[in-house]
Amino acid sequence: MAIATSTLRALYEQMLLIRVFETEAERQYKAARIGGYCHLSSGQEAATVGATHALDPADLLVTGYRCHGFALARGVPAEEVMAELFGRVGGCAHGRGGSMHLLDVGRGYYGGWGIVAGQLPIATGLALGLVRQGRSQAVLCELGDGAINMGAWHESLNLAAVWQLPVVFLIMNNEYGMGTSVERASAVTQLYRRAAAYDLPAERIDGDDLLAVAQAASTMLGAAREERRAGVLELVTYRHRGHSVADAGLAYRTRGEIDAHLAHDPIFRVRGLLSEEGVSDAELDAMLAAAHERVDASVQAALDSPAPDVGTLATGMYAPGSASQFARMLPGAPFGERELVFAGGLGE
Amino acid sequence: MSTTDTPTLIDEPAVAQGFETMTYREALRLAMREEMVRDERVFVMGEEVGVFDGAYKVTAGLLAEFGAERVRDTPISEEGFVGAGVGAAMLGERPIVEIMTINFLLVAMDQVVNHAAKIGAMFGGEARCPLVIRTPNGAGNQLTAQHSQSFEGWFASTPGLKVLAPATPADAKGLLKAAIRDDDPVLVVENLAIYKERGEVPLDPEYVTPIGLAAVAREGRDVSLIAHSYATVRALHVAERLERDHGISAEVVDLRSLRPLDVETVAESVSKTGRAVCVEEGWPTYGVTAELAARIQHACFDDLDAPIERVGMAEVPMPYAKELENAALPNEDRIEAAVLSTLGRRQ
Repeated sequence: MAIATSTLRALYEQMLLIRVFETEAERQYKAARIGGYCHLSSGQEAATVGATHALDPADLLVTGYRCHGFALARGVPAEEVMAELFGRVGGCAHGRGGSMHLLDVGRGYYGGWGIVAGQLPIATGLALGLVRQGRSQAVLCELGDGAINMGAWHESLNLAAVWQLPVVFLIMNNEYGMGTSVERASAVTQLYRRAAAYDLPAERIDGDDLLAVAQAASTMLGAAREERRAGVLELVTYRHRGHSVADAGLAYRTRGEIDAHLAHDPIFRVRGLLSEEGVSDAELDAMLAAAHERVDASVQAALDSPAPDVGTLATGMYAPGSASQFARMLPGAPFGERELVFAGGLGE
Repeated sequence: MSTTDTPTLIDEPAVAQGFETMTYREALRLAMREEMVRDERVFVMGEEVGVFDGAYKVTAGLLAEFGAERVRDTPISEEGFVGAGVGAAMLGERPIVEIMTINFLLVAMDQVVNHAAKIGAMFGGEARCPLVIRTPNGAGNQLTAQHSQSFEGWFASTPGLKVLAPATPADAKGLLKAAIRDDDPVLVVENLAIYKERGEVPLDPEYVTPIGLAAVAREGRDVSLIAHSYATVRALHVAERLERDHGISAEVVDLRSLRPLDVETVAESVSKTGRAVCVEEGWPTYGVTAELAARIQHACFDDLDAPIERVGMAEVPMPYAKELENAALPNEDRIEAAVLSTLGRRQ
C-alpha cells in the first residue's frame, strides 16, 4: 500500500503511544491504582492502528474489552483513557466503565463491551441504524478469536448478510481465547473461512503488517460503505502479555513461543520501514520519548482528576426526565435507597 | 373491565377525541401505528411481524401501511435482533422489537440484561438506548412448560431497565406509547389471555399513560388486591364475587408499571384496608409478589391487620393436562381463598 511518510510516521506514533500506554497501565495496575480486569493489547498495535486508520471520521467503531489501543487509535485523549482506568471523573465514561468500557460517542466509538461476542449484535444494529438514516458510513466491529464460537457471531453475520448491512467484523486472532488456543477451540482454524457460511467476503492477513492491515481494512470498509456489503477480516497477531494483567501468560504457551513473537515485534517492523524512508534513529527515538511524555502526562491527569462523588451513584443510569417516574417508588424501599440512589441524580 | 376509578391517576387528554371499544391487541397496534406516523425513527422488527401479520396478529396491517423497512421480519435469532435493536437505538433510532413470547426472550437475556440495561450507567451517561421490547407472557392454553411462563420479575429486578405490564386496552395503548417515547430501554409485557379483552380506548394520539403510576382499578374497604397484567383481570372478577357472595369490599390496585414501581399507591391502599393479597401469573418465589410483600410490610407495618398473602402460579413447570394446568394457575378460586384467609373467614 502506498502511504505517505508523514502518514506512516503518525501511525507509528500511535503504535508507540499504545505500547507505552499499555506498559504503564500494567505498572499502575500492579501499583493498585487500576482495579478490575485490565486486558493489554501489547503486540497487537499494527492490527489495531492499521484497521482504525482505515475508518473515515464519521464511521463507527465497536470493540470488545481489549480496547485501550482502539480508543487511543481512534483519537480518544490518553488522559481520558488513563483517567477511566483510574476510575476518575475525567475518564471517558466518568469512572463508571473502567478498562473494558471505554467509549467516545463524539468520535463514533460506541464502546468497549465486556461479554464475549455481545458487541456483535450491537454493531449489526448500529449498521442498521446507519442504513435507516441514509448515511453512507460503515461500522468496524472488533472481536477476539474466542468470540467466533458464540451464537451471537453466527446470528450477527447472518443478519448482516441478509439485511446487507455495512459492518466489517474484525477478528483479532491472537491465537488464544484467554488460555485456550484456536486449535483447541475452533473446528476451523482459519477463522475467516467461517464467513463462507454466510456468503460474506472474507480475508486473512498478517495482522502485524501495518500497511497490509490498513489496505485490507480500507478495501472491506469501502465495500461496506459503497455496496452495503458486510465482510470479515481476520488479522493474525499475537498478544505479548497475558490475557489480563493478572495472567502471566505462561500456563498455556512457552517462553520460547513468546520470545519468537517478540523478535518480530510489529513496532520494530514499522520502525524499519521508517528507517528505509530515511527517518533518522534520532528522530525515531524522539518519537518514543514523546510517547512516554504523553503517557506520563496521562497518568498525571488521571491523578489530578477527582474520584466520582458517591452522591452521583445513580447518575446516568436512566435518561433525564426519569426521576419523576421513580418518585413513587420510595415507600418501603431497601435501607439506604433514598440516600444512595434517589438522591443520586436518578434520571434527573 | 371497568376503568372508571382510574382517571384521577391518568393525565386527561388535552384534546378529547372520543373513545372506541377495541381489543387489547388492537390497542397495541394503534399505539404502534400512531407512533410510526408521528416519528420516522420508530420501526418494528421481530419474527413474523410483517408478511405473517404477527404470530398473535398484534402487528397486522403494519407492513402494508409502512413497508418492509419499517416492519422488518427477522430470522429466528433473538439474541441477534434484540442486539440489533440495542445498536440501532444507540444511534438514535426508536426500535420496537417484538419477541413472540417471553419464553424466547431468555435466549436474548444477555442483550437485555448485560447490554441494554447497562448502557446509561456503564458509559457514564454518554450513551443511551431508547429500545422497546414487547412480548406476551402467561399460561392457560395447554402450551406446557416451555411456553407458559411469566418472567417479568426477572427483568424488573434489573436496574437500568423499565418494565411495564398493562392490564387494559387503554393502558396497552397508553403504556406502549409511553415506552416508545421514553429514552431508556423498556420491556412491555403483554399477555396471551388478555389480547382478546375489550375496552374503551382513547383515540387521542397524545394519550400516553405515565410510567411509574399504578391505578386503583376498583375501590374497596376491606382488602387490597394488588396485581398486574392478566392477574388484574382475575382480581377484578374475584372482587365482584367477593362483593356478591361474601359482602366483602375489595380494592384492586393495578400496578401497570413494575419498574419503576408505584409503591405509594399500593401503600395508600393497604394502609386503608389493612390487608393485602398480591397476585401474579408467575411463580411467587423471588417474584413480583415477593417484592410487593417486602415493600408493603415496611411501608405499612403499623397498618397491617393480617399477614400479606401471595397468589401465583404453582411452583412447578407448567404441565400439559388441562386439569393439572388449571390447578397450577392463579385462578379465581385460589385468589378468593387467599382473600378469605387473610380476612379470617372460612370458606
